[in-house]
Amino acid sequence: MSDFQTVIGLEVHAEFSTQSKMFCGCPVVDSTEAAPNSAVCEICTGMPGTLPVLNARAVEFAIRVALALDCEIANTSVFARKNYFYPDLPKGFQISQYSLPLAEHGHLTIETPDGEKDIRIRRVHLEEDTGRLLHRDGFSLIDFNRSGVPLLEIVSEPDIHSVEEVRAYATGLRSILRYLDVCSGDMEKGAIRFEANVSVRPLGSPQLGTRTEIKNLNSFRSMVRAVSHEVKRQTQLLCEGKEISQETLGWDVARGVTVSQRSKEEAHDYRYFPEPDLPPLYVDDTWIESIRESLPELPLARQKRLIVEHDLPPYQAGILTSEKEIADFFDAAVETGLAPPIKLAHWITGDLFSLLNQENIDLQQSKITPVALAELVSIVERGEINLTSGKTVLAEVFFTGRDPSKIIAKFSLDQVSDVEEIARLVSEVLNANPEQVSAYLAGKQPLFQWFFGQVMAAAKGRANPQILQEQLAAAFQQYQQSSAEE
Amino acid sequence: MTELSDLNLLEAAQALRSGMTTSQELTETCLARIEACDDAVQAFLALTPDLAMQQAKSADERILSWRKKSDEPLPLVCGIPLAVKDVLCLQDVPTTCGSRILEGFRPPYTATSVQRLIQAGSVILGKTNTDEFAMGSSTENSAYGPTHNPWKLERVPGGSSGGSAAAVAARMCFAALGTDTGGSVRQPASFCGVSGLKTSYGRVSRYGLIAYGSSLDTVGCLARNAADLQPIFTIMAGHDPLDSTCLVDPVPQVSLDQIELRGLRIGVPREYFIEGMQTEVETSVREAVGVYESLGAVVSEISLPHTDLAVPVYYLIAPAEASANLARFDGIRFGPRIEGADLLAEYLDTRGTLFGSEVKRRIMLGTYALSAGYYDAYYGQAQKVRTLIKADFEEAFQKVDLIACPVAPTTAFPIGQHGDDPLAMYLEDVFTLPANLAGVPGLSFPVGYDSDGLPIGMQLIAPHLAEASLLQATHAYQSTTAWHKEQPSL
Amino acid sequence: MGLSIEEVRHIADLARLRLTSDEERRYTEQLSAILEYAARLKAVDTSHIPPTATVLPLRAPLRPDVPRPSTPREHILSNAPQEKEGMFRVPPVLDTTS
Ligand SMILES: [Zn+2]
Repeated sequence: MSDFQTVIGLEVHAEFSTQSKMFCGCPVVDSTEAAPNSAVCEICTGMPGTLPVLNARAVEFAIRVALALDCEIANTSVFARKNYFYPDLPKGFQISQYSLPLAEHGHLTIETPDGEKDIRIRRVHLEEDTGRLLHRDGFSLIDFNRSGVPLLEIVSEPDIHSVEEVRAYATGLRSILRYLDVCSGDMEKGAIRFEANVSVRPLGSPQLGTRTEIKNLNSFRSMVRAVSHEVKRQTQLLCEGKEISQETLGWDVARGVTVSQRSKEEAHDYRYFPEPDLPPLYVDDTWIESIRESLPELPLARQKRLIVEHDLPPYQAGILTSEKEIADFFDAAVETGLAPPIKLAHWITGDLFSLLNQENIDLQQSKITPVALAELVSIVERGEINLTSGKTVLAEVFFTGRDPSKIIAKFSLDQVSDVEEIARLVSEVLNANPEQVSAYLAGKQPLFQWFFGQVMAAAKGRANPQILQEQLAAAFQQYQQSSAEE
Repeated sequence: MTELSDLNLLEAAQALRSGMTTSQELTETCLARIEACDDAVQAFLALTPDLAMQQAKSADERILSWRKKSDEPLPLVCGIPLAVKDVLCLQDVPTTCGSRILEGFRPPYTATSVQRLIQAGSVILGKTNTDEFAMGSSTENSAYGPTHNPWKLERVPGGSSGGSAAAVAARMCFAALGTDTGGSVRQPASFCGVSGLKTSYGRVSRYGLIAYGSSLDTVGCLARNAADLQPIFTIMAGHDPLDSTCLVDPVPQVSLDQIELRGLRIGVPREYFIEGMQTEVETSVREAVGVYESLGAVVSEISLPHTDLAVPVYYLIAPAEASANLARFDGIRFGPRIEGADLLAEYLDTRGTLFGSEVKRRIMLGTYALSAGYYDAYYGQAQKVRTLIKADFEEAFQKVDLIACPVAPTTAFPIGQHGDDPLAMYLEDVFTLPANLAGVPGLSFPVGYDSDGLPIGMQLIAPHLAEASLLQATHAYQSTTAWHKEQPSL
Repeated sequence: MGLSIEEVRHIADLARLRLTSDEERRYTEQLSAILEYAARLKAVDTSHIPPTATVLPLRAPLRPDVPRPSTPREHILSNAPQEKEGMFRVPPVLDTTS
């Protein structure tokens, strides 16, 4: 393996979350859920005589992404017809961009174990999505709900040299698309789709090896597995002195192998030519600049800022900034000034994330607000309730959206800090468990935690843990003394 | 009833306003005329009598209320029966493009140009015959049989809007819509002795026009004279948000009499008088130019030096665009399907069987011109030479206001004459193609008859968006001559 | 510039047209003649001439991102030769040739 270098370029297709389609007024719907052909018209089903009219928001979204990737935006770009026959392509051609794309020459910075690295972006262009084929009872059925949804194609240069970099590039790009609020990023629904061009060459070789193209990778997992498999396959072939044939491959998820779909000889002749139904797309500098000004802080910059401003560990800052809504939540919670940022970060990446995972929902779908979290953390920090209670309250806020202080009042969750009360509970528990007391006194140290839990349970979780610990220790000491005296 | 069908559009509009007739009566007259003549002419592919009578009824109500309270303007086309070339979509009415691949197709929507006329109160009689997908100059390429020239039934009516031209010439309707991609309004108008306007590219919405060559396609109209064309044109023209290539420029509402012929500069391009053209055509065209001169116009010979390249340029660009435009005809969403062993077989058989031979020829030609390794030499080079042809017109219009020239080298030729020699057929289009390549408007109208009694047409060509000048100049000619009043004895 | 019958077959394949052997022969002849005629374009010096894709000095008009009601499914499907469960039906598509 070490004698070879892997060279990978990625093509990413991102579906835009505009209200209407690229060239007609049909609404953009979730095509995995909507009734088939419920969001279609004569334009997006390619009826004879229909014509395309471009959606301004799709152009704006494309410019947002291109600017975030530091691309040069072409004031004038041209749509072209890409000709091929396929049942999900109603016109028999896809409106895309070819020789004059909207944007070129950008880059995406990724993090690698060796530090930051720029992956160059070759081009960013607009096109339309196709319909979907469903296979049923020995036939294929066509649903055109997805047909004409705006699609952005982002093509990288072959600057990616490992599977880890593939993952970093893909997640970084997905994160940016979500930050820019142009794409749901929902890979299960096909909102982002990947194609990888893979080749390997002997280390130090100036020439690129023969590349294969792996199509339709619709999850990070598939992509990583497919690329790993393909790199291994090609390396092995080269080691055996065999040739790699230029071909298009598909990823067989079930078998975990790449399978040939098309050889170079069968390659498509797409016969691109300028789309005569659409004059050139013109975007002026004023528009570009106004979009540039409206761009949000992007994930990497935000991560760096959190590290510097709040002294967060890079890994945690990375998690907090991977999704814009999480990062916004964190920033808003910090903004309240109620709780230390580092504590807020722990609560978010710890218990809040557990709740989100457990419920399998997005932050937006939960009821918790940044202010509520900050309030809760500040109450815990002041020692008014213990950590365990804090977690209970967090769950309550998460599900109901109620004010933490009110929850605490209502459920009388205020921590019991009354020493005498705690001492009473401790002696109750010890008296009830003489055998365990003996065992502990005989040297079975871990039982201390068990007793601690028993008392806390008796206190319904409300005992101030500090005082409990002291009282428990004091009680045992008393036992020891009395037994020594006896 | 023949008196009614002898009226021209403006006379009919006047008769409607004055209450001398009704739209229902006009419609019945046209339907009767179609009944009487169309077995011989075969101008229509589909008739819509029920729809027409219903539209006529509402038009009559509209005219009646207008007469009571005439502060709302009444469009001149209100209540006027029209025919529509079968490449324009009319909701729920069979639209075939003269092709078997669209047999039974009923569009779920109506073309903007047609819709605007319907909105203005026009009555749609039916869909007229065309060369399949408007590819042809004789209407012989229709899968549903040729249309016959009302002047001489064994002659072609020209094409591809041959059905529309024949219907107007045979007085089966007062005007008709056509389309012009390479001469398809002007040449049949010339062959049938009617007036036909090819609009500027971008002037009339193409939405609902089943595309042939998208960068060349224009919607036009045919009628008995220029004055009748004007109300149709002004209703159809103007911006349509559904067509990205339809211009927002306002359509001037001009009076046709408002032209000053004195000093009007008319250029006659020397490249349009070629060897092998019918002598009578040249004679009649030169005589018509003489009429303008006698009316005070300043006539000069000009040059459009790249004219002879228009045929190869057009026959690469139009087929290239057509090869993509016609990819959607695959038997999946509409039209018949030839079932086969698998999907590929169905594609191949449906398209191979249901497209006619001229359509297949052009799809092949266009596919080749765009294919890997040939793009630059053919399609790319054709686009560059197109720039030169367009520049020819731009330069000419620095010196002259209008260009006058023949429409076709000959009058209507016999059905079957060109048999299986496509190149010879293409070369017949040499005088009409350049205007499409340059996107400028043209108007063809009768200026004489040959010894066989067949009409001879001349075309005027104007700068982009100057349709008004064409209508005015033609109207001036028709005010002093009577060629346009001749009628075939049918 | 003549076309071979193999080229004609290849183009027909690209264009998804099944041709009879008679058509193959005829198109080979006719397309060769047309292309030979078109070859005169090559003699024109266009080294400094930009291509004309459209005659209009236009920029693509932009439509506001406002959804409008879709066409009822029955309308869209009404011309379909084969339909099932609200979708267009075709023979099974096996691989992804897109
Ligand atoms: Zn639509």
